[in-house]
Parts: sequence; C-alpha cells; structure tokens
Amino acid sequence: MTDQAYNFAYLDEQTKRMIRRAILKGIAIPGYQVPFASREMPMPYGWGTGGVQVTAACLTPDDTLKVIDQGADDTTNAVSIRKFFQRTAGVAVTEATTEATIIQTRHRIPETALTKGQILVYQVPIPEPLRFLEPRETETRKMHELEEYGLMHVKLYEDIARHGTIATSYDYPVKVEGRYVMDPSPIPKFDNPKLSDNPAIQLFGAGREQRIYALPPHTHVVSLDFDDHPFTASKAAHDCDLCAAQDSYLDEVITDDQGNRMFVCSDTDFCRSRREAGHLGRLGTPLSEVEQ
Amino acid sequence: MYVAVKGGERAIDAAHAWLADERRGDTGIAVLSVAQIREQLALAVNRVMAEGSLYDPDLAALAIKQSRGDLIEAVFLIRAYRTTLPRIGASTPIDTGRMDLTRRISATFKDLPGGQILGPTFDYTHRLLDFALMAEGETPASVISAPVSSPTGETGVHLAAAVPHVTGFLNRDGLIQTETPGDSTPPDLTREPMELPATRPLRLQALTRGDEGFVLSLAYSTQRGYGRTHAFVGELRIGTVAVEMDIPELGFAVQIGEVEVTECETVNQFTGSKTEPPQFTRGYGLVFGQTERKAISMSLVDRALRWQELGEDFTGAPAQDEEFVLMHADNVQATGFLEHIKLPHYVDFQAELELIRRLRREAMAEREAAE
Amino acid sequence: MTVHDRTLTDQPLFQVQGLSKFYGARIGCADVSFDLYPGEVLGIVGESGSGKSTLLSCLAGHLTPDTGRVIFDTAQGPRDTVTMGEAERRRMARTDWAFVHQNPRDGLRMGVSAGGNVGERLMAIGARHYGDIRATAIDWLGRVEIAADRIDDRPRAFSGGMQQRLQIARNLVTGPRLVFMDEPTGGLDVSVQARLLDLLRGLVREMGLSAIIVTHDLAVVRLLADRLMVMKGGHVVEQGLTDQVLDDPQHAYTQLLVSSVLQV
Repeated sequence: MTDQAYNFAYLDEQTKRMIRRAILKGIAIPGYQVPFASREMPMPYGWGTGGVQVTAACLTPDDTLKVIDQGADDTTNAVSIRKFFQRTAGVAVTEATTEATIIQTRHRIPETALTKGQILVYQVPIPEPLRFLEPRETETRKMHELEEYGLMHVKLYEDIARHGTIATSYDYPVKVEGRYVMDPSPIPKFDNPKLSDNPAIQLFGAGREQRIYALPPHTHVVSLDFDDHPFTASKAAHDCDLCAAQDSYLDEVITDDQGNRMFVCSDTDFCRSRREAGHLGRLGTPLSEVEQ
Repeated sequence: MYVAVKGGERAIDAAHAWLADERRGDTGIAVLSVAQIREQLALAVNRVMAEGSLYDPDLAALAIKQSRGDLIEAVFLIRAYRTTLPRIGASTPIDTGRMDLTRRISATFKDLPGGQILGPTFDYTHRLLDFALMAEGETPASVISAPVSSPTGETGVHLAAAVPHVTGFLNRDGLIQTETPGDSTPPDLTREPMELPATRPLRLQALTRGDEGFVLSLAYSTQRGYGRTHAFVGELRIGTVAVEMDIPELGFAVQIGEVEVTECETVNQFTGSKTEPPQFTRGYGLVFGQTERKAISMSLVDRALRWQELGEDFTGAPAQDEEFVLMHADNVQATGFLEHIKLPHYVDFQAELELIRRLRREAMAEREAAE
Repeated sequence: MTVHDRTLTDQPLFQVQGLSKFYGARIGCADVSFDLYPGEVLGIVGESGSGKSTLLSCLAGHLTPDTGRVIFDTAQGPRDTVTMGEAERRRMARTDWAFVHQNPRDGLRMGVSAGGNVGERLMAIGARHYGDIRATAIDWLGRVEIAADRIDDRPRAFSGGMQQRLQIARNLVTGPRLVFMDEPTGGLDVSVQARLLDLLRGLVREMGLSAIIVTHDLAVVRLLADRLMVMKGGHVVEQGLTDQVLDDPQHAYTQLLVSSVLQV
C-alpha cells in the first residue's frame, strides 16, 4: 500500500471523530481520564501511540507541527514521529516553539511560554496517578469517583517521614480545579508550574492504557504537597554552560573519562534561540554554520 | 568544545538499511518466499493470524518474512494493517457443528458419533531431530488421501456434515450446565476500550488474541493447583467452517469464504448446592487455524475466570484474577511497553539524580553533626 | 482529651429491623431487630456458627442482607444504609463509622508506617499540615499505649497486641460515631487482652462512642457492653442489659453459655 492510500494523518475519519469526542469530554472535565478505543498504530505501544492518535485527530493541513522528546527535536523517537506525520499528513514541521501550532512532547514542557491557539500533546505511559499505590483499575476508578485521595497523601507523608522531603522528582501528581488528581506524564517536577493557567490547550494521550485527558486553557493546577512541606520546582543548581540560562531545565553531559561534566539546556530550541540572541555560557561559543 | 549530539535522522536511516541487509541474510542462499512460509510454516502462520485477529494466511506469511521470524513483531504488523481495513459488515456466527473435520478427539469418551480422528498431529511423534529434513530434496508423497468433502446443498452454501458436540450429549441428560444462547451482539475489543469488570465475550476475545505463552502458563498453573478446575477435554475439533453473511437485498445468507479454526470444549468440575443437583461446568476456546495448545489453554483459563458466576471462591490464583489476566495477555501491548524503556529517559533520570544527591548530602550532614 | 456529652436523646443512632441473611437454605442470621442509642455499647455473643459474624458484616455493609433495614442517623437524618448508594456508604465508612477487624492485618496497611496508618483518615478528610498530622498521630499512639518512637515503624515490626492497638487508633482518630468490632481480643494472650479491654473501655467512655462488638468471650461483654444479644443458629435467643442477662439468664442456651465459663 502506498502512502497515498492512507487518510490524512493516517487515521480514518471515524476514528478521528471518536478521538475528538474523547478529547471534548476531557476538556469538559479537566483532569478526568476518558476511556477511548486506542487503535493499533504503526509504532509500538509505549512509544507514543496515544500522543500520535491525539495529534492525528487534531491536525489540519494548515498546522505546523513540532515534535520533541526529552526536550530535543533530534532525539530518535521525535525524529521518527515527525517523519511519520510528514509522510501521512504532509504538514509543515518546525523546531521553533513559537512557530508551532501543535507540539507533541515526551517528558518535557517547552521553556518558551506557550500562547493562545497552541496545542500541547503529551505522551503518557501510565495515566493513573494512583496506579503504583493501588494496582487494580476497578479500585482506582472508584477512588476518583469518590474523591478518595487519602492514599495519595499517605504516600507523600511516608516520603517525608523517611527522607525528610517528598521523594517524587518527576511524574509529580497534581490536583486539577480542586477535583481530580491527575498524572501530568513523566515531566520533571520543575515543569509542573507551567501546567497551571496555561493559555494553550493541553492534551494527554495514553494509547496502551486507552485513556485521554485534558486541561483547557487557564486551568488551575496545583501540585500536591503539605502546608509545611510546600512543593518546590527544583532543578540542578547550575546555569546552562552554553547559553547561561538560569531558569531552564538542564541535561547533565559527561564529557570525558575522568567524569567531568557540563550542564546544557534540555530544550534545544530554547538554548539555540538564546545563543542566537547573543547569550553565552561558561562553555558557549557563538553559533557558527558548522553547528546549525 | 561540546557539540550537541545530532544526526538522529541519519542514524535511523542507516539502521533501517542494515536491518534490510540482515533480513535478507546471505545472498548466496535462496530467498524465502511468502508461499513457502505459508505452506511449510503453517503453525507459525496460524499463531500470527490468531494473535493478529486477522484471517489471511498470505498476509501472515508476509509478516513473518518481514519480521525475520519474530512472531510478536509479525503480529504487530498484522494488527497495524488490520486497523486500516474498512469494515463492510459482520458475518453470522460460525457453526462449528458443521465443520469439515481434519481432527477431532474427545478425552471423555472412548468412542462417540463422528469418531475419534487423529488428524495431522505431533502428539505421538517421537521428538527426534530428523536430519533427513536438512537435505534439500523432496519427501515422498503421503499415501493418505484427502478427506472426502460433502456435497453442495441446494442454496449454494457448502454444507459439511453435522457432527454433534460431546457437550450436546451431556447437555441432553442435563449433566452439564447449559450455556444460554443470547441475541445481543458482543462488544468488539478492538473497537472499544477494555472495561472492567469484563463480560465473558470480552474475556474470550482477549484470550483468543492473547499471547500463547502467557495463556499456556496460566492454564498450566491451574492444573498445578492455582485455581484448579479439574478439566477434561470434552472435545477438540479442528477443521474448516463456512463464513456466511446475511445479505438483506437477497433475503438469505451467502457464503463468503471459509476459515480453519480450532475449537476446544472442556468439561470441568461440577457445582451444585442443596437445592441444585450437581452439573459439570464448561470452559471454551476458539482460535484461528490449527492452534491446539492455545485453544486448550484458553478453555482452562476461561473456566478459571468464571469462578464468580459459578459461585466459587477466589483463591487468589493468578488465572482467576480477571484484571491481571486481561490486562497482561496482549503481547503487542506488553512488548511495546517493555521495550519502551530503551527510549531516552535521561530527563527523569536527571531529576532522580538531583534528588538523590540532595538526600545524600542531607544525610551525610546529619551524620557529621551527630559525631 | 475531649469528653463527649452523653445526653439522652429520643433518636436512636442505629436501628435494625427484621434483618435476615440466607445462604441457600442455610440461615446466616434471621429476623434480627434492635435499636442502639448514642453512647451505648451492644455486645453480640454466641459460639462459632451462631451467625454473629454474618450479622456484623450485614450491619457494617460488607454483606447485603436478604431482608430488613439498617437505619443510621446521618447528618442528613435517618437513612437506610442497605439501600444507600455505594459512594455514600464508603464515605460514611471513612467518617462516621469504624470497623475493627479481628485480625489487625485486615484493618491496617502493613506496608505503611504507624504514623501513616493513623494519619490516613485525617488526610482523607483534608488534613494538609504534615506537622499537625504527625502530632495527632503521636498523640493517638500515646493513647493506645504505643511509644512515640515507633511512629515510623511498619506494623510488621509490631506484636499482635500492638497491631491491634494501632488498628484502634487508626479507626478512632477522626472521631467516628459508631464502631463495629469483630472479636477485638481474638488471638491475643490473656494478659494482653486484659490491657486492650481496659483501653477500649476508657476510649469508649471518653469519646462517647456507640459500639457493636461481636465476641464469643463473655468477659469482653461483661467489661465493655451495656446491652447484650445472645445468638444461636442464626437467631437471637435472648437480649437485655448485660448484667441482667449474665447474672440471670432466662434462655436455656444462655444458661449453658454462662455456666460453661470458668469462674476464676
């Protein structure tokens, strides 16, 4: 079968309609996990099929798509997914956050603030925030229905009792509009504040687990904590060695056999824009044609 | 000076080219044809059709060729293809009572109407590697002729002779629980999200397309005491059945093809109470192709999962735990999620690194302060 | 320590009417009726097979009875808990009711620390200050005579008696109005039992709790229960004030029960 034999963005219109209905339900009930009939996609479950289905349902021919994984456009799975949509949808693609209308992401929220009209699609492995406290779906569903979230706070209490602090550094649970506890996907907790009051639409797709959930623009999202152990969006206490950014999430890179290391922005587009604007870090040099 | 790692796209293209080379293997050796796989590796083809939930031996053979023999990868290819196919309609339920039998055995009776037909089975072979097969020559043709097919009926539908099920005999005497026939269309697991608690049709769908190894091990566990159901193979039959569709414009059903299936019915331990006289209970398995091991395993696990409706106790056996069985039976989902841990996770790992460094710093500081 | 006001009131806290549960032809419990007032403790005694555990399960909502009503005086007025929706019943079980299991393992989270176990119900109803939760937990551990330095230990490390006391603390921390207890001293050494009973008696009086206690041990009801129901073969054969029933049993079975207890 040639690529021309596939519908725009691969999925047939009936399937897109089914996914859009699930998305609308999700937007109507922020943070609530809507079951949907996830389709078999040409990439494996666990590799972003939920995100891909959500993106495919949202794409129009006029969209500009950005795909990132770990904050970078050039990681293998981001490349693979971007190519998939170039082949099956023929949409324009970009690495620049400001130019994208739809951004599919795995494990990061872009550093550049999003704007009204943009859609951020998250890839979610395990949508259920209570899953590792209670393995049974039949039970966690009831807990959400009845707002029985005591167990979640018990886990946080135990962390503080044992470690002196809450020991969750990513996939940090949040409460949405004071009602549903939600799993924000495995973004580092540093990114959690960006979830709240965001002008963009945020959609979450879990293909294997067959769930979609959503945050409409300007939703109030709070990371769970205790009054006397408040949530902190922490990161490594360094600046970016390339662009000197102080408030961006950093990758740690081991540079030689002696274990020397450097820290660079995880968000490659953000870092490059800063360097283009003249900001240079400890190890940064002006961008040359060689690197671009 | 550090240059960010780039070139993911080129790496992927190179990897795919190398993969194609490996798949072909030594070019001095003849290419494997799809027809050869279909004919000579039929049991692999059957497994891929069963777990892919798509009956098409040629496509399954192609998937096996493309996946270099990795059957789960082949199942994945078939499933991804299946998703794109338009749905024209649904057939009527197949009638396994009217099957062109290749094989039919019952462990519960020595002899029975329709007979015990051994069929092409490995059962009584001696498992000795046959080095004659390594030679490239042809094996002599077998002396067994093909089974005679039944005459065509008047309506144009190819009618196999009806061979009654063993469970039918037991049912007539009231010895085995009746399965109440229903009118409603069962939900389609590939079109609707799995919802728990599941109905029996949904469980059976999940089992027939579930991983053969997983279902086998669960069945085995019931035989070893983890939710024992005392299973007897009442009937195992393999053969082809007609697939028919109702055409409203014609006003009758038309045969659109035939499929080979394996059907297993187990007769299991009886239930009963002070008010109800005891009856045998049932397990059921149905799989595409000649796929015996899977069909028998499926009926054992089906029976184990029926504990609640039969008023039995939940002993904590894995095979009785519906959520555990159904959520983990799908090997395409399983391998996808398992293998995804190969993907970069360095952002989250970085967060954990920072956390653990901080906790260790604080613990060390406390220890020093205490000394 | 709070002293609850045990004022007499017309409205029973708990009304059971015609409760029955059958297993096919076998009787679990048949036609049980009683009223329970705030601050009252009711003991249900009988040998194994008497139907007392079935009755308790039906009362607490763990089993659905075949007939009868179980009316609890909720904040919204008297409601039949049998016909109540599951959501509401579960909410009640977390706030107004408590259930102390015979085996503490059934009523505790074994993988969670003692402090976490006691704090859970507080967190479930919205407590969000770690320091306060911990202080309340320490206070309650003290009340059930568990040393404060055990607060971060898991129940696995506790003796049977300690686990049972922890279970009690976990259940009572949010001040429920009705506590169900299923053989609370079962499986414990005699001296440990005595200590536990003393503790329970003190807490019940202090907090003005109503309680329904199932036991085969007459010493337990003598010490804790205001009123007593004797069960045999699924039926209530005698009921009344504890002292009256035990000192002057009317029914032949009750007489047998009372006389078989060793007078130490």
